[in-house]
Amino acid sequence: MNRTEMHWLRRPKTIRKLWHWGLGLLAATALLDLVVHGHAYFGVDGTFGFYSWYGLLTCVAMVVIAKVLGIFLKQGDDYYDN
Amino acid sequence: MIIDALPPGIILILGALLIPATSGIVRTIVVTGLPLIVAWLVWQVPDGAAITAPFLDYQLTIVRGEAVGRVFATVFALMSFAGGVFALRQATVLEITAAYVYAGSAIGVAMAGDLITVFVFWEIMAVGSTLVIWAAGTEASYRASMRYAAMHLFGGVVLMVGVIGYVQTTGSVDFVLMTPHDFATWMILIGFLINAGAPPFSAWLPDAYPEASPSGAVFLSAFTTKTAVYVLIQGFAGTEFLIYVGLYMACYGIIYALLENDMRRILAYSIINQVGFMICGIGIGTEMALNGATAHAFTHIVYKALLLMSAGSVLYMTNKRKCTDLGGLFQSMPLTCICGIIGAMAISSFPLTSGFISKSMISQAAADQHLTFAWFMLMAASAGVFLHAGIKFPWFVFFQKDSGLRPPDPPGNMRFSLILFAFLCIALGVYPDPLYAILPYAVDYVPYTVDHVVKMLQLLLFSGLAFFIMLPSMKRTLTISLDIDWFYRKLGTTIAIRLVNNCSQVRDAVENLARGRLNALLAVVSRHHGPESLMARSHTASSMVMWVAVLLAVYLLIYFI
Repeated sequence: MNRTEMHWLRRPKTIRKLWHWGLGLLAATALLDLVVHGHAYFGVDGTFGFYSWYGLLTCVAMVVIAKVLGIFLKQGDDYYDN
Repeated sequence: MIIDALPPGIILILGALLIPATSGIVRTIVVTGLPLIVAWLVWQVPDGAAITAPFLDYQLTIVRGEAVGRVFATVFALMSFAGGVFALRQATVLEITAAYVYAGSAIGVAMAGDLITVFVFWEIMAVGSTLVIWAAGTEASYRASMRYAAMHLFGGVVLMVGVIGYVQTTGSVDFVLMTPHDFATWMILIGFLINAGAPPFSAWLPDAYPEASPSGAVFLSAFTTKTAVYVLIQGFAGTEFLIYVGLYMACYGIIYALLENDMRRILAYSIINQVGFMICGIGIGTEMALNGATAHAFTHIVYKALLLMSAGSVLYMTNKRKCTDLGGLFQSMPLTCICGIIGAMAISSFPLTSGFISKSMISQAAADQHLTFAWFMLMAASAGVFLHAGIKFPWFVFFQKDSGLRPPDPPGNMRFSLILFAFLCIALGVYPDPLYAILPYAVDYVPYTVDHVVKMLQLLLFSGLAFFIMLPSMKRTLTISLDIDWFYRKLGTTIAIRLVNNCSQVRDAVENLARGRLNALLAVVSRHHGPESLMARSHTASSMVMWVAVLLAVYLLIYFI
């Protein structure tokens, strides 16, 4: 498929733009902690950027855990047919 | 015997049996009209025992009007309507009929006031849902439906043992709040938990649901697990043990969904993840938590059905179900894609979607009770939902690589259901008051505070970042992930086959030995007594005469001596 036929959402230029806008949005939401002060129930959840880093790190951790478990649990998808 | 209302569940079951006798426009009217009538009937049932009947020495409460049950019965009826329209032109008559019987029995459970009635509808549900899976008509769906039926009949037996024990010890059949303190109540709890997909009995769900037809999986996603949530709210609210069961399920669903390649199996794992949130709320057991679990069950049924309709549309149009075969479909299926994304946003609890106004009540209840471990796990699981269902499902199905497939959006009736439930996901998110109004306790919770919206956006957007950072290591492979069902699908069968083989070998050896001995004995006998043998030989007359002469000679000789 040549470039003129390519859906606009698939063009590398659009994808680059999406990354820039996305990262900008992430920074903006994280920085909202400077102005928004909510009620903290456990102490650490009231610190700057808690929800941002907690969301990021727990998700990375879950992918890593899944990856490690996958070593033991993954089998070909015809495993039970044989 | 009291009859103060019509029984909504039984009417849906009986009405379902009319469906095979109809065709054309009449069938359309029955399929679309029945659930709406039933939804109306649910709200005509007065509070307290509405239909009672004597059975043996007990008084059954076949229909009971009560807040939590009404919420579940309403959403079950709503689900039957949308599912019925989605299935109307494409599914087999068997599937739609079975699905309506299944839905009717789920409503029956949600309105039952005694344990025997609960048990009866529980078993009809097992039969109805098995038939829905079976109706897909493939070899794989037949096998999956048999494994599914075996698991649910086992669960039913466990529940029955519990109910009998409970009635023996308490003398009452009434379905009221219990605590698991003796054998009978534990059996009831385990029977309920098997249907909820709790460990170690979770594998039946991702095993069976993805083998159903495109519309079959939509029905299946709604009733069994949510009926289990309902009975747990009624029977075991505040049982602390359930907090940990729920947290485990929430994490289990995420990890397995991350490893999965089949789009509908990803969504099946995420059912367990979402039911985990509800069961955790039931374990917390405060008014806020139970409101949260009830509201979350309601919104979950809608957005999960929407997600499975979206996946079902893709399956129906492309006949492909693996992420490795899909991708780039947003170009030719824009409506399916947008509705799928709305469902994905709702399951991830994005602000302005239904998940946001329901799930947050459960985490709020954990915070209010200062359940530190539970709260941090719930937050991690909330982030993980976006990871495994919120982004992964739409990304791998509608975006990622271009698979070259260009199917159009599905037929009109399927599009109608997609739009209806996508609308509901947003409507409930924007205006939650009607749902809050029917919850069992007065709602003392405001979802839309600046603080809450900002925190949720941070959590979700950064988990989205994690997805794209980790994307290279999430490349889909043609694999499945082994689960507890390995023990009965592989280990059990291997042991059984080995046992059969070994037993036959032993039997063969014994038989050979016995046969050898017998042959040896026969050889000895036939050597002496067989044809031509010494003992059986025939003699000629002349030789006999000679032997007589010899005997006579010997006799004479002896006589003279």
